[in-house]
Amino acid sequence: MKLTGAEIFCESLRREGVKTIFGLPGGVVLKIFDVLCQQKDLDLVLTRHEQGAAHMAEGYAKATGKAGVVLVTSGPGMTNIVTGLADAYMDSVPLVAFTGQVSTDLIGNDAFQEADNVGISRPCTKHNVLVKDVNDLAQTIKEAFYIATSGRPGPVLVDIPKDVSTAKAEFKYPDKVNLRGYNPTVGGNKNQIKQAAEEIMKAKKAMIYVGGGAIFSDAADEIRELAEITQIPVTMTLIMLCMHGGYWTNMAMHYSDLLIAVGARFDDRVTGKLSEFCPVARVIHIDIDPTSIKKTFHAHIPIVGDVKAVLRQLNVILRSLDGNPAQIKALRAPWIQQVEEWRKAHPLVYKQDEKIIKPQFVIEKLYQLTKHEAIVATDVGQHQMFAAQYFKGNRPRTWLTSGGLGTMGFGFPAAIGAQVAFPDRQVLCITSEGSFQMNLQELVVAAERKLPVKIVLLNNGVHGMVRQWQDLFYEGRYSASLLGKMPDFVKLADAYGIKGLRAVKPNEVEPVLKDGLKHKGPVLMDIHTDPYENCYPMIPAGGAQHEMMLEDPPGLKVAKKGGAHKRKGDEGEGVLPA
Amino acid sequence: MEHIISVLVENKFGVLARVAGLFSARGYNIESLSVAPTLDPTTSMITIVTVGDDRIIEQIMKQLNKVVEVLKVVDLTETHFLDRETALIKVHTKPEHRDEAIRLADIFRAKIVDSSPNTYTIEITGDVDKVEAMINMLKPLGIKDLVRTGRIAISRETTRTASPRREPALLKN
Repeated sequence: MKLTGAEIFCESLRREGVKTIFGLPGGVVLKIFDVLCQQKDLDLVLTRHEQGAAHMAEGYAKATGKAGVVLVTSGPGMTNIVTGLADAYMDSVPLVAFTGQVSTDLIGNDAFQEADNVGISRPCTKHNVLVKDVNDLAQTIKEAFYIATSGRPGPVLVDIPKDVSTAKAEFKYPDKVNLRGYNPTVGGNKNQIKQAAEEIMKAKKAMIYVGGGAIFSDAADEIRELAEITQIPVTMTLIMLCMHGGYWTNMAMHYSDLLIAVGARFDDRVTGKLSEFCPVARVIHIDIDPTSIKKTFHAHIPIVGDVKAVLRQLNVILRSLDGNPAQIKALRAPWIQQVEEWRKAHPLVYKQDEKIIKPQFVIEKLYQLTKHEAIVATDVGQHQMFAAQYFKGNRPRTWLTSGGLGTMGFGFPAAIGAQVAFPDRQVLCITSEGSFQMNLQELVVAAERKLPVKIVLLNNGVHGMVRQWQDLFYEGRYSASLLGKMPDFVKLADAYGIKGLRAVKPNEVEPVLKDGLKHKGPVLMDIHTDPYENCYPMIPAGGAQHEMMLEDPPGLKVAKKGGAHKRKGDEGEGVLPA
Repeated sequence: MEHIISVLVENKFGVLARVAGLFSARGYNIESLSVAPTLDPTTSMITIVTVGDDRIIEQIMKQLNKVVEVLKVVDLTETHFLDRETALIKVHTKPEHRDEAIRLADIFRAKIVDSSPNTYTIEITGDVDKVEAMINMLKPLGIKDLVRTGRIAISRETTRTASPRREPALLKN
């Protein structure tokens, strides 16, 4: 039987196991949306901006491990998802984005809402295709999902012209892909792995440095096993180790004699000054993406392969080499003790205040109240770093953050995406007034779908990270970092029909969080935090890893000028639970 | 150091843009580029001449391999190879220069493929040194116009007398 392109689209998605699509309609995708609304088992989450759709799909994908699906129209619909595509590309998030395109006979004519979707998205997608013939549509969709989710995952864009969605073709969903140029390596080179095992047995001061690749390949158990067999401490990217990572992890990396990098890419926020990063360490680098290896940092033993598969091979060899666990323990004990000493010397600290709410205090309380079970999405900036430091999650796929691109406005839609995937789990969005205002239009999605996302908004009235740098390096000239007039977030929540709470004094934090977390629907908690709190430890840009700043440098005068950080409700009481 | 990289790709629209974009996005320069279909009409061969240190070339090779439509990448400079370029050179021919132009074409085994009352157009094929030498020799006569194809290259088959050589770096699975 012949189906239209739009029907083929829906049927193909069903075959790929898709349940949820994030999107917004428009002229050239009318046919697809028309067929879509007649499908009972495909749920369209109608966002209020295409960027929201892209980040929701990212949140969905990061939390589930499955590809997130986006459907938007041509021209502005497509250009609005570019930030989401670039974000997904940087953080290796599997996305399949379908964009409408003007009819094939109009392409190149500057038609209404035409854009070169494939051209614009080329540098920020893993792969992209313009489907010119409806007979190719099913095969293209099959390949898009395969490419997005295999190897190093990433976003794939499929551009569907209007006439392709209306034309008919015989539907037969392919059972395999036909890509002679794409064949990601899975198992690692055996000799390299053996060599790695020998190095590991010898090393006295080894560190395991784990990146996002470990999560995509579901290798948490294998890493735990590796750490247990070898008694080597583990550190993670944008969870503990970065520009604002813990003192002890940065010190341990710096003085290590063997670095086992697992699915990590030596981001500049991790390494700081490259020439002084891990200066004495031998490096074993395991990654599925050959371009990640030796891109910024040298590797003595490169191993290209899927992290899980390689670690399984490695653990087997290590077990066979490791006759005596006590001996290994003895070999590594002084090193572990050293790392512990560093940890004790400079733990994460902040000064509690009676009058003003410290952001770290809020995250600490939140962590205590949610008992590690929550999925946490963050935006970008100081609050993200505080969340990384004080929300000590340790399970894969519960930490959704924009690590590579650093996209403000990512957090809230990502939280919605995760909540759509897991309606019964607790989903938190830790954000700030700056980031939140970049995608707050999606509040209506949470409201209409009654998605119980808990938004914890650390409202300090300034772009905190920018303000911190201006105080540290630009003599306190607050160029464009004071946000000035601020909306009343409680009233904003009310306008969207969701619950709003506010805390302005430290003793109001706990009641607000407790009540907010207990509430059944979505909640916006506006928490007024100290505008002048700085985030430490910190490696200044261009600084070396062991040269962290642990507190305000002596003599630093925080300018505290402008006063524009005044927020609605600052003077009085908070808006507390009744 | 200069490298000649052969990239076998799917013969589809947009592939060249993707390959070229990969260079521009990383600030790497392409010295010359030539593209044409191969024996198999579903594939094209892109020959790229580029300059970079070992780290940059390694990244270029890996990035090229990562492109879904790229089937094979070979750094020919790692092997024994032949390279050729063709140039069409239009020179001014005052009456007293015509003999010299014909003589030079003869010495370089080039051909005069077009003539007009005031110009000869000379076609020369050879490795890059030969083409450049020819251009330099013709300069005193006055070059009116010049086009070059960019280099194409192919690996040599092993001969018994050849010294042991490294195999071409076939990175694609």
